Amino acid sequence: MAMLEIENIYVSYGMINAIRGVSFTVDRGEIIALIGANGAGKTTTLHTISGLLRPKSGSIRFNGTEITRVAPHKIVSMGIAQVPEGRRVFSQLTVLDNLKMGAYIRRDQKEIAHSLQTVYGWFPRLKERQNQIAGTLSGGEQQMLAMGRALMSHPQIILMDEPSMGLSPLLVTEVFNIIEEICKAGTTVLLVEQNAKKALTIADRAYVLETGTIALEGKAADLMNNDRVKKAYLGE
Amino acid sequence: MNDFLATLINGISLGSMYALIALGYTMVYGIAKMLNFAHGDIIMVGGITTFTVMQYTNMPPWVAVLAAVAVCTVLGVVIEKVAYKPLRGVSSLTVLITAIGVSYLLQNVALLTFGTENKSYSFSFLTALNWQINEHLIIQGSTIVNVVIMLVIMVALLLFVHFTKQGKAMRAVSEDNGAAQLMGINVNATISLTFAIGSALAGIAGFMYIGTYSQIGAYAGTMPGIKAFTAAVFGGIGSIPGAMIGGIALGIIEQFSKSILAQFQLSALADAIVFVILILVLLIKPTGLLGRQIKEKV
Repeated sequence: MAMLEIENIYVSYGMINAIRGVSFTVDRGEIIALIGANGAGKTTTLHTISGLLRPKSGSIRFNGTEITRVAPHKIVSMGIAQVPEGRRVFSQLTVLDNLKMGAYIRRDQKEIAHSLQTVYGWFPRLKERQNQIAGTLSGGEQQMLAMGRALMSHPQIILMDEPSMGLSPLLVTEVFNIIEEICKAGTTVLLVEQNAKKALTIADRAYVLETGTIALEGKAADLMNNDRVKKAYLGE
Repeated sequence: MNDFLATLINGISLGSMYALIALGYTMVYGIAKMLNFAHGDIIMVGGITTFTVMQYTNMPPWVAVLAAVAVCTVLGVVIEKVAYKPLRGVSSLTVLITAIGVSYLLQNVALLTFGTENKSYSFSFLTALNWQINEHLIIQGSTIVNVVIMLVIMVALLLFVHFTKQGKAMRAVSEDNGAAQLMGINVNATISLTFAIGSALAGIAGFMYIGTYSQIGAYAGTMPGIKAFTAAVFGGIGSIPGAMIGGIALGIIEQFSKSILAQFQLSALADAIVFVILILVLLIKPTGLLGRQIKEKV
């Protein structure tokens, strides 16, 4: 059984249909990339999984449980975390408080402290800056904080929305290395990216989203050699 | 000199009450991004509750205050659930009009049950607290109580929002409601809690109102409500210290305008000064003294 199953969902903003019959699955331990141009519906898909948006029809199941109409805060408790597009760290709170907000649903202080050490292991810069106000961090540091914050809920799956956005090439490579490590450490990853090349390099499988529907799907390595993908997304 | 000090002290006393009311406006605005124009009328309900307990039972004043706090807290949470929650996500104008409707509803229920006449009540314990500084200058007991209550609540609230998990969650919701939901924060519960705190403070303000004016009636909440709203805008809506500074500043400005205008037999104009300030703030510095620029998200 797939960990996350999205089945034929339709999502609209008022009169505009953003997602029209999208289906895909994510298995435990995979990195799945969802690539596509601006406005293809990638962020909408992630927001729908997280419960911030309600699909008009279709179904989303997590470990076999229907979560289509579950409230966002309960979805987090079930083990789905999201690193939103544009980071959206709490700029008025300190780095440490941001990370603690990530662990909001957890009660066991010992386990939270353990997760904090794990996150600091991945992102040593966050430890150095733990008492700094998050709004004063650089873009790259904020991206790391957003990722660390999501990991603090100890999720089974982490949804990442454009983690490379606005970062220097060096930082992009660093962020993608960390994503691979996060997956190796046991967290499944659903990665939404415009940087198709990078995404396909680390992903196991990928889906190509075009104007609200899945246009292509397959093993990441195969898609990388697909002529249509090459032309439209890899700039070759 | 004594006149000046007396006016200043009266201003601080009145301002403490405004500050407490402004906190309710500012917190609800910060979390739910709405102006709860029924907030002033919750003060009136708190005042009537206080009056009723004092007049018809032999309970001590603190019981009356507790009763007012309890009634207002429940009322605030119920109003939010019934009137505002169904409107989440619709245009803010709709919510604003609903809030005005709730305000009229509360006033009219009060007119029906409490009557149209203002009723007088003086707390004897407040008079006992009067503090004679010199021959000409007395600090009223109500002033001492107002200032002490306001300071205690301000410190408690700041400690709450900066050092407790729930308080930090409130600040997270205030800054980015969507991201807060992605942390597993129950935004609806946070909004309820905010209404509960704001309304509880309005209950205390109702007691302060009777302490200050020695009377209460169905329209008692209107003016303090609007003035406290002005104070919240003046201090920077959404900011807790801003509500305190705005409230105190407005109380002092009002008292000085009154005493200056009284020399020209124009003291009735003092209220207008308050609204001129509101207009000026909105024209010159719409974010207020301590308010932050709110970035509109695309």
